[in-house]
Amino acid sequence: MKMQKPFAITLDVGSSLANHTGSWRTERPVYLSRKPPCNHQCPAGENIQGWLFHAESGNYQEAWRTLVEDNPFPAIMGRVCYHTCEGACNRGQLDSAVGINSVEHFLGDEAIKQAWQLPKPVASSGKKVMVVGAGPSGLSAAYHLARLGHAVTVIEAGPLPGGMMRFGIPQYRLPRQVLDAEVQRIVDLGVRIEYNTKVSNVLESKLAGGYDAVFLAVGAHIAKRAYIPAGDSAKVLDAVSVLRSMEGEDKPLLGRRVVVYGGGNTAIDMARTAKRLGATESIIVYRRNRDKMPAHDFEVEEALQEGVMIKWLSTIKQAGESSITVEKMALDDKGFPQPTGEFETLEADSVVLALGQDVDLSLIEGVPGMAVQDGVVQVNGHMMTGHDGIFAGGDMVPAERNVTVAIGHGKKAARNIDAWLRGSAYVPAPKSEVAGFDTLNTWYYSDAPKTVRPMLDIIRRQSTFEEVQGGLDESNALFEARRCLSCGNCFECDNCYGVCPDNAVIKLGPGKGFEFNYDYCKGCGICVSECPCGSIKMVPEDI
Amino acid sequence: MEQTLVKFYQTGTFTVGNRLLAPEQRSLQSGAARSNSLNSGHRACQGCGEALGARYAIDAAMAATNGQLIAANATGCLEVFSTPYPETSWQMPWIHSLFGNTAAVATGIAAAMKAKGRSEVRVVAQGGDGGTTDIGFGCLSGMFERNDDVLYICYDNEAYMNTGVQRSSATPPAARTATTMPVGPNPGNEFGQGKNVPQIAMAHEIPYVATATVADLRDLEYKVTKAMSMHGARYIHIFVPCPLGWGAASHDTIKLSRLAVESGVFPVFEAERGEVTGVLKIRRQVPVEEYLKPQRRFAHLFGKKPDVATLARLQARADRNIRRFGLLGE
Repeated sequence: MKMQKPFAITLDVGSSLANHTGSWRTERPVYLSRKPPCNHQCPAGENIQGWLFHAESGNYQEAWRTLVEDNPFPAIMGRVCYHTCEGACNRGQLDSAVGINSVEHFLGDEAIKQAWQLPKPVASSGKKVMVVGAGPSGLSAAYHLARLGHAVTVIEAGPLPGGMMRFGIPQYRLPRQVLDAEVQRIVDLGVRIEYNTKVSNVLESKLAGGYDAVFLAVGAHIAKRAYIPAGDSAKVLDAVSVLRSMEGEDKPLLGRRVVVYGGGNTAIDMARTAKRLGATESIIVYRRNRDKMPAHDFEVEEALQEGVMIKWLSTIKQAGESSITVEKMALDDKGFPQPTGEFETLEADSVVLALGQDVDLSLIEGVPGMAVQDGVVQVNGHMMTGHDGIFAGGDMVPAERNVTVAIGHGKKAARNIDAWLRGSAYVPAPKSEVAGFDTLNTWYYSDAPKTVRPMLDIIRRQSTFEEVQGGLDESNALFEARRCLSCGNCFECDNCYGVCPDNAVIKLGPGKGFEFNYDYCKGCGICVSECPCGSIKMVPEDI
Repeated sequence: MEQTLVKFYQTGTFTVGNRLLAPEQRSLQSGAARSNSLNSGHRACQGCGEALGARYAIDAAMAATNGQLIAANATGCLEVFSTPYPETSWQMPWIHSLFGNTAAVATGIAAAMKAKGRSEVRVVAQGGDGGTTDIGFGCLSGMFERNDDVLYICYDNEAYMNTGVQRSSATPPAARTATTMPVGPNPGNEFGQGKNVPQIAMAHEIPYVATATVADLRDLEYKVTKAMSMHGARYIHIFVPCPLGWGAASHDTIKLSRLAVESGVFPVFEAERGEVTGVLKIRRQVPVEEYLKPQRRFAHLFGKKPDVATLARLQARADRNIRRFGLLGE
């Protein structure tokens, strides 16, 4: 046979594509989404990495839309949330945590400025839900229930919405027009709020209104008292009432020297408010030391910067007209304060107690099945009380008391109420593994410092109720968002596609990510090692 | 605010690409249209640094020449794993030479193209460290000395891996190979022997000499692209870890290259006409142990009684590189 091939060639030229090297593999790489530590930490269950992803490309509206899937109050959160997410942020171990809270603040303000509206509810379910209390938990539940198609009525005892966001948090931390704007958006969804209406018996109100389910979120508004021997002329007030009266026309008169008794965030808010009302001395008296203080560190720091003084390890023994007597305390082996018998006199025109709050439980008295323990209502894993169809959340159930936790309760309760109304039980999505620092390859992230929010001038802050924490501008916000490491979630850096020695990664195009070509992947694992964000892992092959 | 000085992680220069970067700011390897000169199905081991380095380099050279490129390839791993007759992984004109004469074959191709008036067709020669620093060294030096219009790329995995991990003149001191076993008073390869071919190339005062690693793709692509913009004899020496020969995990290939750079073991620089014109600075300096420990070829230096004296000598070599090339600082 005559050869038709070039000199010395006896076979057709073939491509190595005929050789499926994937058969060598004992382990295969797979793409996955791990849970970023910020999302894992967030009490409101926000998809933080998810909304930062959109903010990174400057698509702030999409970022905001992703955010409000879980929490309808970004502008409020950006001001009052204690952002424990930042404590969990992996970037904190690299340089400093991403300023998640400040980007949220920016997005919230941008939404108000641009008048972005919340997504319209799905088709009506025909079910009616009563929410008792227009605080963060009640409004959050109302928002989510409305989006799920239920007709929601919020019954509020006070004259205005917001609960502790209005009557507990001072204006310098949360300007009221921000609160009003974010509540209005929920009202615009079709949620009805009835003000100045106190529910005295929940079962009667439920029956009268023809409601299918109830969410209780009345909060904790009754100030705890402590017995302090006081003269007739001594002025002893409680912080809840004083902060509430800040919302009225007549500002409270506290005098020049104010003593606040307590160590929580309310005590700090109270002392800073007193300073702004013109007190020359605002002193916090607390029975333990700073390590044991429940107030958040940054708030203590800001209060001290403003000139608030703190008397550690002290209790008030007696209050007179213009002075009080305090007793020094010492911590015992177990960390409890014990009296020392040493006394001291402090000048004080008024004493404000900030010793915690109790829940007004009158509306559930006599309701069958309802369990109350330690002054709070007991709920099961579905946020339901012992009475079928009545759910509860926020400060009136056992949990840490803050706005973010309350908002999270509202969301969780709404999902469970929705499922209950449809005759099923809410099953949360299975928990994915958390993207810890060791799943990252930080070589690929260059160091960058956190943008510090402009702080108002200290002097200005002491005398007015203007907002203390300023916002980021657009370039700052973009910068901050781009510091996100995208833990556990692909951000399309092309590393896996680039580093594969076998061209076994297929690039699917913008927004679509990548796919492995298992015909050729030998399972070397370089893509896993060089993935910056820990979004690939090796799994054993069945062999 | 020093924002202009700060690189955001998305727009930094460390990842292969990024959705937030303009296409011209991404590496060539990030593009779906890269030429994949060395295609899938090749028989290199899992995690082969040479296969990766060869695709990085040849794709960049292909892009720089609009695909008008011919490669001559010395015998060695790269040739064996890419072209078991009758298959080929090369998506380009490619010829296999003898072990020792690749530089001369490439010279001949360049001369032929010149004779045919095909000035747009460019030539690369490539081989491993054995074919370059030992066996093909005479032809290589001749190619340099005549300033032939060829880019010679050496993929350095520091031994004769194809034939069973025998020592080459690029094998580092103290490393175990099949011919430098960890026995006797000075286990592993001898100190004070071997060749530094990038510096020998510089001594020829050819237009361009550079070193690179598979840990820094952008630097590698920059150097190949730059070399292809020049004429005459050019030499690029690419550091490519070998999981099999070094006794390292297959997923550590890029990590080991990075550690070699960050410890000062392998200096990354470029030089024109015999003078250093640029160095890649160390970003996060590490002691040499961090580079040596994951490799079983250095296992005899560790264990219950670490060989402190030898480790100190290896650290001193790295420190000398750092001093000599000024690898620290901004």
